[in-house]
Amino acid sequence: MATGDHSMRKYDEELEAMRSRVLHMGGLVESQVRTALSAFESEDVTLAQQAIDADRRVNELELELDQMVIHTIARRQPTAGDLRMITGIAKAITDIERIGDEATKIARAVKWLHEKGAGTRMHRVPDVQYSGEIAVSMLRRTLDAFARMDPNAAMSIIKDDQGVDDRFRAILRQLITFMMEDPRTISTSLDVVWAAKAIERIGDHAKNIAEHIIFIAQGVEARHRTPDEVEREVARR
Amino acid sequence: MDTATVPSMANERIKMDVHGLNFFYGKFQALKNITLRVPEKKVTAFIGPSGCGKSTLLRVFNRMYELYPEQRAEGEVKVDGENILQSKEDVALIRAKIGMIFQKPTPFPMSIYDNIAFGVRLFERMPRSAMDDRVEWALKKAALWNEVKDKLTQTGTSLSGGQQQRLCIARGIAVKPEIILFDEPCSALDPISTAKIEELIDELKHDYTVAIVTHNMQQAARVSDYTAYMYLGELIEFGDTDQIFVKPARKETEDYITGRFG
Repeated sequence: MATGDHSMRKYDEELEAMRSRVLHMGGLVESQVRTALSAFESEDVTLAQQAIDADRRVNELELELDQMVIHTIARRQPTAGDLRMITGIAKAITDIERIGDEATKIARAVKWLHEKGAGTRMHRVPDVQYSGEIAVSMLRRTLDAFARMDPNAAMSIIKDDQGVDDRFRAILRQLITFMMEDPRTISTSLDVVWAAKAIERIGDHAKNIAEHIIFIAQGVEARHRTPDEVEREVARR
Repeated sequence: MDTATVPSMANERIKMDVHGLNFFYGKFQALKNITLRVPEKKVTAFIGPSGCGKSTLLRVFNRMYELYPEQRAEGEVKVDGENILQSKEDVALIRAKIGMIFQKPTPFPMSIYDNIAFGVRLFERMPRSAMDDRVEWALKKAALWNEVKDKLTQTGTSLSGGQQQRLCIARGIAVKPEIILFDEPCSALDPISTAKIEELIDELKHDYTVAIVTHNMQQAARVSDYTAYMYLGELIEFGDTDQIFVKPARKETEDYITGRFG
């Protein structure tokens, strides 16, 4: 990826503005996810509403960044590292926006559980909270890797995603046991499943962004390949 | 520079094989040890900043430099296996086989018809009817026939810039070359004429090997299959156009095509 300055300073400023906008959007989404997870842990409906409301600004930023991408392609005909950066951003913001949607789903689950008077029963699934922490940490590290365009950091995020996926299956097994033992918990257990699924999806989206980072930084395609294959190619460059 | 590093070229037939080419304007060395293979019936673009040697290279390809005694080339430029730099063949015959289109359209001050027939008459004798066919064929190939078929006796200079350039292309094609060299063919043209020439280049590659020098990188990206980046007389990188514009291997290439040059 090119690092020097363009002969046209304004182009550089546009690219820089786009990158920092992505990080701003990512920061908002990260805090949205944290809010939703806190709401889940403490059954705080007010916090849950905050997480839901935060999604609007995230959606606006997605549209704004889309416009910046289209504008730059039309005006600058980006090539090479710039081209990969711009197409990578166009894809990454879709994933970031989806993470916002997943945070909203967690927050909605909190409200449903509260309405059903589920009480602290959901705390019987401590793995949900733990898996949420892993997902947030993946997201945090993804944004760091994006800021530094660090393919090695992105690689380690891709590998971590398997952990979140495994944990989701563990949660599912626990909840199925609950539901079999006491069918009256089916409705609330399903709400917890939706929240756990949303967390698992956050991990997936963080992994997608990490794949985009590797493509931006090195032009190496990381999608639909095993982490080992990708890692070997990243190491070669 | 090893052209074996162009993996997609493995299945191409090589039309022009340039090896260890050096070129001098008097004492000044304008090309340094250029080695690359130009594949047949593909478009190969040469890009690079002014003075990088790309036009010089094109001029070597049809021995245009021989017009000037103080200019000389060393090395090999093999066309179908024969080194044209050493060839005893008449240079006019080489140029009939390897035609060139210049930056500014250069129609002869004669009729549209004669602009095309002139070159053909140098190499072939044919009856009038056959010549008519050849002129029509060349104008059709150059996508100009429909615009000029009713005014073939008018002077070539009466056409618009874009039409004049297509007339020059028709003139080049009429002698049935194998390779067509374009030296910034669109730099004097408006966007619509440029688009027509680019479309024409795309057509021409079905029958001819095309090499194009252009300052317009987007044009290189649009029309070429392979791209060579040159700087200060050296070939810095040569590769598949998609690869060069998405993932160049050399930082120098990246800096140039992303506009970080200078």
